[in-house]
Amino acid sequence: MSKASALVDVSKKRVNPFKELWTNKFLYLLALPAVVYTFIFSYLTLPYIVIAFEKFNYKTGVFSPFVGLKNFEYFFKSSWAWTVTRNTLVINILFLIVGTVCSVVLAIVLNEVKAKKFLKVSQSMMLFPYFISWVIVSYMLQGILGTETGLLNNLMGTRINYYSTPGYWYPILLILNIWKNTGYNTIVYLAAITGIDEGLYEAAYIDGATRFKRIIYITIPLLAPTICIMTLMSVGRIFYGDFGMLYAIIRDNSSLMPIAEVIDTYVYRTFKNTGDPSLSMAIGLYQSIVGFILVFTANWIVRKKFPDGALF
Amino acid sequence: MNSTVAATTKPSNTNNKIKHSTGENVGTFLIYLVVALFALICVLPFVLVIIVSFSSEKSITINGYSFWPSEWSAAAYKMLFLPSSSVPQSYLVTTIATVFGTVVASFVTFGAGYTLANRSCRYRDGLSLYFYITMVFSAGLVPWYMMCKMLNCYDNIWALIVPSLMFNPFNMFLVRNFVRGIPAELNESAKIDGAGEVKIAFGIYFPLCMPVLATIALFYAIGYWNNYFNAVMLVNDEKYYSLQMLLFKIQSQITALSKLSAGATVNVNPPKESFKMATSVITMGPIIILYPFLQKYFVKGMVVGAVKG
Repeated sequence: MSKASALVDVSKKRVNPFKELWTNKFLYLLALPAVVYTFIFSYLTLPYIVIAFEKFNYKTGVFSPFVGLKNFEYFFKSSWAWTVTRNTLVINILFLIVGTVCSVVLAIVLNEVKAKKFLKVSQSMMLFPYFISWVIVSYMLQGILGTETGLLNNLMGTRINYYSTPGYWYPILLILNIWKNTGYNTIVYLAAITGIDEGLYEAAYIDGATRFKRIIYITIPLLAPTICIMTLMSVGRIFYGDFGMLYAIIRDNSSLMPIAEVIDTYVYRTFKNTGDPSLSMAIGLYQSIVGFILVFTANWIVRKKFPDGALF
Repeated sequence: MNSTVAATTKPSNTNNKIKHSTGENVGTFLIYLVVALFALICVLPFVLVIIVSFSSEKSITINGYSFWPSEWSAAAYKMLFLPSSSVPQSYLVTTIATVFGTVVASFVTFGAGYTLANRSCRYRDGLSLYFYITMVFSAGLVPWYMMCKMLNCYDNIWALIVPSLMFNPFNMFLVRNFVRGIPAELNESAKIDGAGEVKIAFGIYFPLCMPVLATIALFYAIGYWNNYFNAVMLVNDEKYYSLQMLLFKIQSQITALSKLSAGATVNVNPPKESFKMATSVITMGPIIILYPFLQKYFVKGMVVGAVKG
């Protein structure tokens, strides 16, 4: 790669931009649709941020009267600011820690399965929930947890109303998340384990290391960089709730909102219910800024510490 | 059930190079047990959904959701295809959005990824940054909504196709990394042999990229098929409800249909629960049918993306 790039890589020299665009017109033309799309849906949306500082009026649009930080003040003075921030963090941290442990353990366990066909079939089964939408999962869950007709209540002979008892919901959401995503998250870890030099295991085996010791002293240490990268990337996304999941499952159930309303669903609800884009925009901006700092830091650390691991 | 049999017999056959202590054999058994159990837990709820969709409403009211209903019935499926049902319309709308969107999105993504991997493009780093910025900072929901409205992606089929779903920089970087893994000499020698740029991109590189293209096409297709966010935000007209959206709002569907069927005295007690499940089943249908193909490319592509060149 270094040889080839020494021959053709001339990007360091400064060139006339028009000449460059003209020489490689075909290449730039190929990238143009993506560039335009990104420009419209990302860069052109940035000016709308200004409505967070305005009292929005549909007639005047982005040129509505300026109100300073009033929208932010309103949000941070309400009890919801703390509630939705806490819920977002608690739910994401819960998913992150337990999810990572489950995915790593499952990858290690799957790696010990030597029967090819059994491995293939079980892995396909585990991956299946990942492809199914949260809307379908929400009906499935209603079938299991329903008060009158639910499977669980019937099996246990109880009549617990799960949908009005917040206390059950962190475990329920956690189980759902693990059930749906572990099969998928395991793929990366399993690929990393498969990449470990087989000779290490053979040498350890000859030296009399048990399976448990081989896992503790070879697999886990060599898996650590992958775990770190994946964890850091998730930490970066910790300020973004899973709208697709939580809105499909919690919907407008107000008895579960105190524990399951996250910033994303709250921004949406504020927008739909109050019809005030300014307030919703202010909350969204709060999320975007904190989220940006977290994502950027996480990516920066990954790039510094694991130069091979970063996607970009 | 077959899997547990395999679990107890297989390891001793395939692993006879290495002798195991009894402790390790118990460990092996436990490993197979855990894997089999988790795999079962992953699919059993869907089996329940399918079974309930074929249960009679009476049996659901009396026994609740059960793997063994007292009475089977296909009434829910008949209801799906009543003339007043919106399910066929939503199916059509969602299929069009998925097929058209996936094809366009895959080409757009390939084009950008290919260019970013090409060494003769001097602005490739700048372009990468241009896309990367949008991955770490987004203005959020409200500006996105305003932009969609301004572009008239509202209450029509474009609302289900264009916003958010038609291009994803993450997929573009997957393509870029894949193209980078192909030796650059290939490009050079094709040029020397007199191949034009179009020929090189679509005649040589495009077929070589099939593994990663299959993966991103899958990502896009699943994204389109399972999307309800666009419909929730941008569609009020029921004509353009995607399947997931229709399912999401199914309560109103059931009320409408039950009024009709009661009027026609087809069915006094409309199959509510089984209707929900039947709609879920036909929404999952294409995924179940294509699943063997899906998961093969999916695992392959993920590994390709993870072990980058």
